Amino acid sequence: MSGQLTVSQLNEKANKIRQDIIRMLENAGSGHSAGPLGLADVLTALYFNIMNFRASQPEWPERDVFFLSNGHTVPVQYAAMAEAGFFEVDELMTLRKFGSRLQGHPERELLPGLENTSGPLGSGLSQAAGYAYSLQYLDDQKHRFVYCVTGDGELNEGNIWEAAMFAGKYKLSQLVVFVDRNNIQIDGTTEDIMPLEDLRGKWESFGWHVQEIDGHNIESIIDAASMARAITNKPSVVITHTIPGKGVDFMEYDYKWHGAPPNTEQAREALKKLRTLNGKITSGDEA
Amino acid sequence: MTYHLQDNLFDEDVAQEPIRSGFGRGLKAAGGDNESIVALCADLTDSTKMGDFAEAYPERFIEIGVAEQNLVTVASGLARAGKIPFTSSYAAFSPGRNWEQIRTTIALNNQPVKVIGSHAGVSVGPDGATHQMLEDIALMRVLPNMVVIAPGDSVEAEKATRAIATNDKPSYMRLAREKTPIFSTDESPFEIGQAYVLKEGSDISLLGTGTMSYQLLVAARLLVERGISAEVIHVPTIKPIDETTIMTSVQKTGRVLTAEEAQAAGGFGSAVAEVLSEKMPVPILRVGMQDRFGESGEPDQLLKEFGLTGEAIAEKAYDFVKKVPRYKKGY
Repeated sequence: MSGQLTVSQLNEKANKIRQDIIRMLENAGSGHSAGPLGLADVLTALYFNIMNFRASQPEWPERDVFFLSNGHTVPVQYAAMAEAGFFEVDELMTLRKFGSRLQGHPERELLPGLENTSGPLGSGLSQAAGYAYSLQYLDDQKHRFVYCVTGDGELNEGNIWEAAMFAGKYKLSQLVVFVDRNNIQIDGTTEDIMPLEDLRGKWESFGWHVQEIDGHNIESIIDAASMARAITNKPSVVITHTIPGKGVDFMEYDYKWHGAPPNTEQAREALKKLRTLNGKITSGDEA
Repeated sequence: MTYHLQDNLFDEDVAQEPIRSGFGRGLKAAGGDNESIVALCADLTDSTKMGDFAEAYPERFIEIGVAEQNLVTVASGLARAGKIPFTSSYAAFSPGRNWEQIRTTIALNNQPVKVIGSHAGVSVGPDGATHQMLEDIALMRVLPNMVVIAPGDSVEAEKATRAIATNDKPSYMRLAREKTPIFSTDESPFEIGQAYVLKEGSDISLLGTGTMSYQLLVAARLLVERGISAEVIHVPTIKPIDETTIMTSVQKTGRVLTAEEAQAAGGFGSAVAEVLSEKMPVPILRVGMQDRFGESGEPDQLLKEFGLTGEAIAEKAYDFVKKVPRYKKGY
């Protein structure tokens, strides 16, 4: 899927994905709200513009691949995949339910289109790097790219920096990582819990090409991916500044929404906020 | 079927070789058979015997550095890209340090990554307890999807390596550092999931895995001199365990002794005890490390100290047979 939607349509798609996330989490009664809402624009850009894939043929050998490293944000990936046609949108309501393919954290074997199983933090980046190594050194497939999303709290994990060293050493230029820089983790803000700054300097010192963007500007996300693909001698990281809970004003910036779902009343309110862009427009659905 | 054993098993000059050397040969051979095989090492290429593969197929050898978490997770990603990755380090570090990564990205993710843990057991010697991995069998055999193998000698290790190269499953193979006697031959069979009767007997079943199987042959020979007929069974595949061969033997002998160079708790002996307690509660004696770590020393000295020699096992088996009546149905 690539290049078929206008920027305005992509923004609408991201809004739809946010509404899907609210409904899924409310229905599930557990799960994470802030991260998935914050990542909706990045996942929209990936699934509706940046990545080449065939939803009807998940194992299409020419596809770009996506590794979610912070598996707890998977509701946004499920929603993006459903909107992109990997499965029916209705199935989103099975999230976290017994017998569902949509496990609380992603399990590759259950749902075609997932590339990895993740949840315990810090390992998805290594898996993405392993795949990127294969493309670059073993398969001679220069036209395929590996995209990975990590959290910022996740960067506390040592495994991340082992992967960063590895990708830097081997100059894995087909690896493009979006770090969801939303400044929160479960116990508080990232800089209170375990400071990450100078984050740009850390990645640069590991041999990565670094960009910093507004993670809610879909054009910026698409441009950053394009730039990353043009860098041929280094892996790329895009420090993607996002607002946790983006789109629902009472969830935004509040770390308490990291690991909590909305209840029925909160979900109704959140959907209204999303439809009216937090009260700035009148929603047809509300009339 | 009679298992083909070496002729001069009990001679002073019985051929000896480190089990890990057989792995090295097997990996190189498997790499020649299949271009999808890649090898990853965490800064221990020569001592884990990946050197021959690295030399033969440098483009398929990946140096990871001292980073065992990355070792297995990069391997998981390579497997997703269609490769069959072999990872090697010391067992104390892999699966010792990176067990959760193995659990999530290899076992649950069900990718055919091969985790090779070298230098397992107290026979690592002078390096001491930190490097003498004793808990790996317990750690790995509880993982769904995981195959667990402890070859008995270098000849079998070569066969086992080639077998896991084509089994399409997450697999763990345990290797030892020191030279150990070679009891199998090129003609001896090896199949994943199969146990082998090395010597028939009627008074007790001696079940061994890894290097201990040879010690059981020594023990059985000593027991003959004391009027006890011991059956020796080599169980290289700890998971899935060969219930049929084990049950056939214990139905005849009514007593079991297990031996492993690992913690008796949770390891091979426990795996056998699980089978027996559900199918037929035969008295069992588990020889292994008894809830303690190892320590520095010469390998032979340590094996003796911890009762992991043929002589020590023969003593234990003798006492066990004399004191414990054989299992009879219904008692």
